[in-house]
Amino acid sequence: MNAAASTAPPTAGQVFWRGVRDQLPILLGVIPFGLIFGAVAIAEGIPPLAVQAFSVLIFAGSAQFIAAELVGAGTPALVVVLTIFIVNLRHALYSASLAPRLRRLSILWRIPLAWLLTDEAYATSAVYFQRHPVQPVRWYLLGTGLTLWTSWQISTAIGILLGATVPVSWNLSFALPLTFIALITPTLTLRPAWAAAIVGGLTGLALDGLPYGLGLLIGAGAGIAAGFVTDRLGTARDVS
Amino acid sequence: MSATDLAMVIIGGLIVTYATRLSFLVLLPAERLPAAIQRALQYAPPAVLAAIILPTVAGDGGPAAAPRWLAASAAALVAWRTGNTWLTILVGMLLLWIGTAWVS
Repeated sequence: MNAAASTAPPTAGQVFWRGVRDQLPILLGVIPFGLIFGAVAIAEGIPPLAVQAFSVLIFAGSAQFIAAELVGAGTPALVVVLTIFIVNLRHALYSASLAPRLRRLSILWRIPLAWLLTDEAYATSAVYFQRHPVQPVRWYLLGTGLTLWTSWQISTAIGILLGATVPVSWNLSFALPLTFIALITPTLTLRPAWAAAIVGGLTGLALDGLPYGLGLLIGAGAGIAAGFVTDRLGTARDVS
Repeated sequence: MSATDLAMVIIGGLIVTYATRLSFLVLLPAERLPAAIQRALQYAPPAVLAAIILPTVAGDGGPAAAPRWLAASAAALVAWRTGNTWLTILVGMLLLWIGTAWVS
């Protein structure tokens, strides 16, 4: 558990496999999600190859669901693309949040790593990066991202071919928020982090009714602001 | 929707999604952001994850939400005490299944 305490720095391969391993619990929630996406998109009348292309190329679960629904409803292509953009705007936040740790990498690393930046890869990586300040973290993001991408393709394909084979009543998708709880709770040690989580969570909850996932975006922004203000207040008190 | 329109959705979706991911890693490197923003961004993980977790747990409300709140609270407690991801999921899912069977 506590890799930071060991003396020898881990090799690139070890960090890569750590990324793969840390993604495994998340797959419990992601695989049913992929199955359902494949099945739902087929039910919306989208041809199988196009459904798989959504997963291969766009690789963003909630945006793919919304896009498949809109396509099924005959929405103009431009509107669908615009919707995908707004739903995925949060990735810009992930990009900015991880950038300080990845800025020394060459552009040849950053371009493919950026493509793997999903909710799930971000969640595990952001927490791992904070805990391991000196490790070759690009390998971690690569391991976690490739594991997720591969699982997403396979589960989409099974959903296309067989339909949603896991009963909805098992509620396996709940493993996703549970994994996020497992990731974030141990990091809430200081007051600013608590403020960010409480304000972010409550704002996201209050604005959950907004379309295009805007509640998440505004909630995240409010939480970050709360964390920053609390941080500043704490610093001011230390100084005086 | 025609095949051309569908191709436009997929290619367009790829471009806009990838653009958001590339934004601060490649297009506008984050080290050029003001120091205050960079400092604020260290609170992105708890803010974002809480903003994903709470609405998911709440769902559409109603009686089905109670077991989810119970399961999520217990999971947070387990995560806090043990830091073990698998144990957190196990406790959370078990409580969710028991709770759901109870209310239905």
